[in-house]
Amino acid sequence: MASITMKDLVKAYGDVEVLHHVEGEIEDGELIVIVGPSGCGKSTLLRMVAGLETITSGEISIGDKVVNNLEPADRDIAMVFQNYALYPHMSVRENMAYGLKIRKISKDEIDQRVREAADILEIGQYLDRKPRQLSGGQRQRVAMGRAIVRNPQVFLFDEPLSNLDAKLRVQMRLEIRKLQQRLGVTSIYVTHDQVEAMTLGDRLMVLNGGYVEQFGTPIELYDRPATLFVAGFIGSPSMNFLPATATNGLLTLGNGASVTGANHANGAITLGIRPEHLVHDENGPIKISVQMFEQLGANTLMHGVLDGTDNDIVASMPGHVTAGEGSVMSFSVEASNLHVFDATSGKRIEE
Amino acid sequence: MLKRVHFPTSLLPYLLVAPQVIITLVFFVWPASQAVYQSFLIEDAFGISTEFVWFENFSYLASDEQYLGTFGRTIFFSVCVAVLSMSAALLLAGFADRIVRGATTYRTLLIWPYAVAPVLAGALWVFMFNPTLGIFPYILEFVGIDWNHYLNGSHAMMLVIFAAAWKQIAYNFLFYLAAMQSIPRSLIEAAAIDGAGPVRRFWDHIFPLVSPTTFFLLVINAVYAFFDTFGIIHAVTQGGPANATTILVYKVYNDGFVGLDLGGSAAQSVILMVLVIAMTVVQFRYVERKVEY
Repeated sequence: MASITMKDLVKAYGDVEVLHHVEGEIEDGELIVIVGPSGCGKSTLLRMVAGLETITSGEISIGDKVVNNLEPADRDIAMVFQNYALYPHMSVRENMAYGLKIRKISKDEIDQRVREAADILEIGQYLDRKPRQLSGGQRQRVAMGRAIVRNPQVFLFDEPLSNLDAKLRVQMRLEIRKLQQRLGVTSIYVTHDQVEAMTLGDRLMVLNGGYVEQFGTPIELYDRPATLFVAGFIGSPSMNFLPATATNGLLTLGNGASVTGANHANGAITLGIRPEHLVHDENGPIKISVQMFEQLGANTLMHGVLDGTDNDIVASMPGHVTAGEGSVMSFSVEASNLHVFDATSGKRIEE
Repeated sequence: MLKRVHFPTSLLPYLLVAPQVIITLVFFVWPASQAVYQSFLIEDAFGISTEFVWFENFSYLASDEQYLGTFGRTIFFSVCVAVLSMSAALLLAGFADRIVRGATTYRTLLIWPYAVAPVLAGALWVFMFNPTLGIFPYILEFVGIDWNHYLNGSHAMMLVIFAAAWKQIAYNFLFYLAAMQSIPRSLIEAAAIDGAGPVRRFWDHIFPLVSPTTFFLLVINAVYAFFDTFGIIHAVTQGGPANATTILVYKVYNDGFVGLDLGGSAAQSVILMVLVIAMTVVQFRYVERKVEY
């Protein structure tokens, strides 16, 4: 068990800097999810922790040991790869025992530890099969098994569920979470799926273009997104953004309507409202001209534009709602649910 | 029940396969059948009279000690060439797979020897190892070896083995490198995280995973050593000294075109043909099963 510290981490390929001064402190036993769109550098960051990519500058330590120049084998980590990276010519048992065999652990202990890990993951009956004789979900379990038999200080997961179908993904997600809590091993989990990130992580590190946009608990990120990017990335359907002008606690929208709230801001801002915070209210200030409804059963997504402008806006309403296309519906928002961002920098304007 | 799809019969498919069929018939089946026919004949050295003798040529070969000696020599030669060129290629490919900078240049340079004609390759080695002029005998003299492949049969054999293996390295390298590059990177990374060093990764993972290529190259190299090394042997030793480097295919040429024993030579080439067919069948039937895909 160990904490992980990243200090001023930079990764560059030649002159191209792909990770910019990443800072982060991961506590012992925590599960951190690194989330971001494709190409944001999240896998690179994970691979730097693993020792599969060199560190251009900065420092990574696991426990109190700086690991910058340690080989992956000497970092006491285990990694689960996106394609599982099982050894195709070895049986499940040999796959799991391989790391232990290299560390010259006695045969009896290897057998016992493989057996234990197989029991935890319920793959006991497949031990003598080759990976190609297993289904995707079973391979995923073997890959996890290979990681846990080693009893490492840190688990690294590189989008381990992205090759599974939707249902299995939800199930494995829960299992990974339970397993991690049970073993209490510090873990870093990389994904591009924000739902996976929200449900799994103790804390989330949102990366965008090699910059850390925000690092905090899922609820912090949802309630107080630090930037427009985080606000748009976390939550589904994603947050609505409307240009507005703030004057003394009054936000004037593009169509002249005004919403009260946010008396800490002044001048040109971007107003963020989550679809689920728009409340249908006949006297509400926000008038939306309806374009389309998406019926999801439990709730209804209303797609439209802010009346009189071309700002797209989505509202999520409970139950079944129907209205004629082109009709105008009114909504109100509680002041505490308004997110105010600087119009130019995209940073949250704090109260 | 599924119904078979019927296409209107037309000449087109036959026309399309015709070139392949004609080439096979003219260049492979016809000469092979001629060889079989020739092997049943005894002809005098001037080609004036011909006699049909059934299997007399074959029974003569079976009791010819020189021929049987050639058999053993050929097997020794082939095994040496295959092992030497394949292991050298595997080693080089292992290194080439790891490097990043200048990889293309390195690969291109390693592939060049394949473009050298066998006779030229032979000539190169003859010059390098010429007992009076060559650079290697000069160097070897310092360690007390008196190199002379014109007189020493083992020296001659070593030389043709080196020359033949050297020429085949490029080909083997190309296939090994392709096979290694098709191994997913993450697999090797997983092994590295599991604690395996480069040498261990090579033997535990890369080597077993390229085994289908090893098997394929084994067939190709055996056939190469049996047949395509004629040019090298002809240029380097001409089968000498005292037949020390006469392998089966060289004896076919020597008996047929130098000794003018056309029937005996044809019989040898028929045996060679059967041998290679058998070898390929055995390899595909039995070795392939043990290969891990």
